[in-house]
Amino acid sequence: MTMLPEKTDKKLGLVIDLDTCVGCQACVTSCKEWNTGGYSAPLSDIDPYGADPNGAWLNRVHTYEAGDGMQGQTVHFPRSCLHCETPECVTVCPTGASYKRAEDGIVLVNPDTCIGCKLCSWACPYGAREYDADHGVMKKCTLCVDRIYNETIPEDDRIPACVRACPTSARHFGDLGDPESDISKLVAERGGYDLMPEMGYKPVNKYLPPRPRRNKSDVAEASPLQGNPAVQNSGKVSIADKFFAWADNVLSR
Amino acid sequence: MHPAYSVIIFTTASGAGYGLLALASLLALTGHIETSRWLGFTLFGVAFALITLGLLSSTFHLGRPERAWRAFSQWRSSWLSREGVLAAFTYLPAGMIALGWVIYETVASPWHIAGWISLPCAIATVWCTGMIYASLKTIRQWHNRLVAPIYVVLALATGALCLQLIISLFDQPALLAGWIAISGLGAGLVMKLLYWRSIDMQPKTRTAEQATGLGSFGAVRSLDLPHSQPNYVMREMGYAVARKHGLRLRYLTIFFGFLNPIAATLLANSQMTEMPAVWATLAFASAGLGMFMERWLFFAEAQHVVTLYYGARTA
Repeated sequence: MTMLPEKTDKKLGLVIDLDTCVGCQACVTSCKEWNTGGYSAPLSDIDPYGADPNGAWLNRVHTYEAGDGMQGQTVHFPRSCLHCETPECVTVCPTGASYKRAEDGIVLVNPDTCIGCKLCSWACPYGAREYDADHGVMKKCTLCVDRIYNETIPEDDRIPACVRACPTSARHFGDLGDPESDISKLVAERGGYDLMPEMGYKPVNKYLPPRPRRNKSDVAEASPLQGNPAVQNSGKVSIADKFFAWADNVLSR
Repeated sequence: MHPAYSVIIFTTASGAGYGLLALASLLALTGHIETSRWLGFTLFGVAFALITLGLLSSTFHLGRPERAWRAFSQWRSSWLSREGVLAAFTYLPAGMIALGWVIYETVASPWHIAGWISLPCAIATVWCTGMIYASLKTIRQWHNRLVAPIYVVLALATGALCLQLIISLFDQPALLAGWIAISGLGAGLVMKLLYWRSIDMQPKTRTAEQATGLGSFGAVRSLDLPHSQPNYVMREMGYAVARKHGLRLRYLTIFFGFLNPIAATLLANSQMTEMPAVWATLAFASAGLGMFMERWLFFAEAQHVVTLYYGARTA
């Protein structure tokens, strides 16, 4: 049924930390690997080794430049379904294949009833839905619904594949409807924001903004070697210390 | 937006079919057309052919056409579902009035009830088609209050041209159908010009800065795409027509879709010609070509907001 639930018991979703995402694409490949054998299976690839490879991916990482000069930032920007509270991708669906779960707010497509009309992908402002030309149905992030409740896998693994794979902990999973959850506190603390709130779809997923760039003098003050008593007291700086100081300087730039 | 030929053929053909159905019913119910057997057979035959051809064509763009029947279920929230329900339902009263007209050569009681039901149903079906597009907030050029009315007016205008053609092929005076066609085309042209003005004048208020939420750092530029080759979202939503070609196509649409059919219709109904059917054929064929371009442009000129994530600065 494509009518939206009045309210959902939970608002499960992701929080993406744009400050720590390094754009390694681990979440992208991990997502593809899990979901090509999971709920949305298959996630077809067309011409994978040819000149024009393309296929259905549920999670993609863009890279943007924001601003110029010293305050400019290069931001890696993962983009997947935001599991909106009032998503029009669901209400436009003519068959009821798209639906929002009342128990946890996850937005899903039933691959057995989807007719592949693609209207839902037109209704989504975030480009979260990708049509699988080979399977003939629409694909989207399932929030790894087949992992998070899966009692046959170790408890550690009962989180979305993208979150599990992230090497910099830039992706967090939890209940954004509960203000006391770790993930909600993180959003409050870091000033997490919605993408295009003016569209009115009330995304559940939040993005944590990149921290402002520290200027050079701040970096020098914060250098751990300068405050290191071993370095200051000996009066003599070893080659190793010099190397680490240099490396620290380079890495802090 | 990528213009899918199946959807263009569907909206133009079924639009003309529903227009023809509505107007043939209206003229018959008000006693402005002779309810003779073969005229009725031809009118409803052509109307049903156009509608059915369009509906079948629309299923060609589905990934799973064999499941199309499921689209009847979500009429409470989905305009596409409403369109499907109405399209299917309209066959019933339309078939009834066709039965009365063709078999009994009358649309009087009780057949007139079916006529008065099929008339609004035909128009409402086209309205639903327009609303599928007009309801999408993600596409500024579609989320416009003129979109659905234009679909209806153009359906009636092309339906009237078809009606005029068939009536004149039966050597009967098609003056009323001609005037309906001219009024419809005139109204359609004015609405289309207003629509183009509206989408050209509207400021592109959505920006890449808003889409990413990174505006506080300054201007946002796409540095690297998530993939080496265009993906589904880029192919489907990223299609754009060059402004120069767009303008040329608008002129061609105005000529073939509106001015030429109006002139041909005037000629067909004037005393100057011995062969009104030839001019009526020209009017209908020209309008068909023009409507195809109009519908193609409707897609090609529409910019989806998701393009902001793929390098567009504004939308």
